[in-house]
Amino acid sequence: MSEPQSQKIVIVGATSAMAEHCARLWVATGNVAELVLMGRDATRMAGVAADLRVRAPACTVELVEVPDFNATAHIEAGVAAACRTRCPDIVLVAHGSLPDQRRCQDSLAVAREALELNGLSPVLFAEAFMQRLVPAGRGTLALIGSVAGDRGRRSNYVYGAAKGLVTRYAQGLQHRLAASATQVKVVLIKPGPTATPMTAHLPASKLASVEEVAALIVRGVARGTPVVYAPGKWAVIMNVIRHLPNFVFNRMDI
Amino acid sequence: MTAVSSWGRLGQWEHQVRPLLDRQGLATALQGPGPGLAYGMGRSYGDACLNPGGTLWKTAGLDRLRQFDAATGRLVCEPGVLLGDIQRVFAPRGWMLPVTPGTQFVTVGGAVANDVHGKNHHAAGSFGHHVLEMELTRTDGSTRRCGPALQPDWFAATVGGLGLTGVITELTLQLRPVNGPWLSTESLPYGSLTEFFELADSSEAGWEHTVSWIDCLSSAGRGIFMRANPAEDAEPAPSARMRSMPFVPPVSLVNGMTLRPFNTLYFNLKKQQAGTSRVHYAPFFYPLDNLHHWNRMYGPRGFFQYQSVVPRAGGHAAIAAMLKAISACGEGSFLAVLKTFGNRPSLGMLSFPQPGVTLALDFPNRGAGTLKLFERLDDIVREAGGRLYLAKDARMPRALFEAGYPRLSEFSQYRDPGISSALSRRLMGA
Repeated sequence: MSEPQSQKIVIVGATSAMAEHCARLWVATGNVAELVLMGRDATRMAGVAADLRVRAPACTVELVEVPDFNATAHIEAGVAAACRTRCPDIVLVAHGSLPDQRRCQDSLAVAREALELNGLSPVLFAEAFMQRLVPAGRGTLALIGSVAGDRGRRSNYVYGAAKGLVTRYAQGLQHRLAASATQVKVVLIKPGPTATPMTAHLPASKLASVEEVAALIVRGVARGTPVVYAPGKWAVIMNVIRHLPNFVFNRMDI
Repeated sequence: MTAVSSWGRLGQWEHQVRPLLDRQGLATALQGPGPGLAYGMGRSYGDACLNPGGTLWKTAGLDRLRQFDAATGRLVCEPGVLLGDIQRVFAPRGWMLPVTPGTQFVTVGGAVANDVHGKNHHAAGSFGHHVLEMELTRTDGSTRRCGPALQPDWFAATVGGLGLTGVITELTLQLRPVNGPWLSTESLPYGSLTEFFELADSSEAGWEHTVSWIDCLSSAGRGIFMRANPAEDAEPAPSARMRSMPFVPPVSLVNGMTLRPFNTLYFNLKKQQAGTSRVHYAPFFYPLDNLHHWNRMYGPRGFFQYQSVVPRAGGHAAIAAMLKAISACGEGSFLAVLKTFGNRPSLGMLSFPQPGVTLALDFPNRGAGTLKLFERLDDIVREAGGRLYLAKDARMPRALFEAGYPRLSEFSQYRDPGISSALSRRLMGA
């Protein structure tokens, strides 16, 4: 990591509630000189940027609009623009959208969209950033996976499959980086159900607060922890769920 | 449908919960089948924040700061911003909220809609006095800006208007300059209501904040009076340790067996600790915020808060009568607050603060007995010319509401027909 006073951070999917709260925590440290927000909707991003500028007047906040998150040319151009001034110290790839499992089963188009946006797109963004971080020899890339990616379950396996792709990708990337003496780190975040607009229809008492999850993400990134469950209890729960034998697991309505 | 309860945990009701994400497209987000209601943190104790069977528009996602002028302290923000967020961001820069209630886990929109007050009411009025401008989005898709000098009638309807005049979608607040996050405090035990009123009257000129804890089981009215002023030094704040009430106990932890010994112990402990000290603003303003979900301590049946204000003439007798009724039946909680309000008139048509003295008490829900006690308290309040705080209420009779809030019919003209709450249906008929 470079001088703490002059960190550059790039956030993909900057209007997601989790990403926005991470950005607030990062700029509150006073160590971030440059923040680049990447997203699909320029108007919504402008609102997020205005908020961060009020919170941290000394931090430069830049916007990079990426109209199509699934088009490789758009991803490449967006990442090039985000790295224009210099290579970032931290990249957070945070975009995603919780699809309705039922609708995914009924419509291939809906299933495809969910798989692309939650799986393929984050992986391609990550790969585009790796093409810059690896030659630079330093920087931390954080990807938002999900506890849903740990084992396929009937209630959300299309989303789970996409997040499983992110998990395997991050694992492979960490394996690749371990073979070299590089300072580049990959952090995979696996949030449990979190209170965001994506989950507004779920009972609030069963959700972690987005502030708590964001704080764990920021801490995990600072430490370079390879896998961060947020909140931490999900590490234990998912360990059990992953190891349940099928004859038990298949009887569970989860 | 999602089950939602309010802070008093008196029940859970099914709602259609819809998040408001950002200012774009708000007008369409508010069109819906059936009436809706803006919902912030759900810290109203009773039913002001509920709309069973209908829609709740969650404002938590509308929590962006939009603009801040470091020369004047004017802050433009969205309604879902938490008071705690503002304190945390701006206190290190020498600005804080001029008025804050007893918790920082409430939204700015909710603070305006309930026209909340703080320990400095006699010096600074209530929250609405520090709102410079608001944008109101109505369910017909129109927006309207209002402020003390801009469509002041709409402003007066919306401050303290319980979200019933439209959804507040942007606010401009006036922050106040501070030296730092510290307060110089003094606490003084008092043995009777006469002593309390003497302390309150003699403190109002020289102290910005005054409040008191009162032992609700002592008919004489003993308690601890606390007063504070902003301190001069600017040392940075310590970090707070958060705890949480992890589960709901099967019965209320506050009950006949625990309350009397607790109050006696607390009074004697605080009596010994009386004197001056330097305190960070967080434990002084928000003593319960470090214990998340403290409302769970009242058990699965939940609790009521009964907060009244009565005019000073006759106020002493009314408070004494209420304490007598409460201690006679042994109900209540150690969370009991007695405070005088200043003379600054509230801006809102349905604002709670009025010149006089306010008593706030928690009561574990014990069913009919608790409600019976409230009826006796209602009589005392009505006779004294007082009223109850809508943000805390879950049960007051309509007659008491109408007697306490004479501007109701004026207010009704500003209602948004697409907005309704359990409270508005209970007390206003729609």
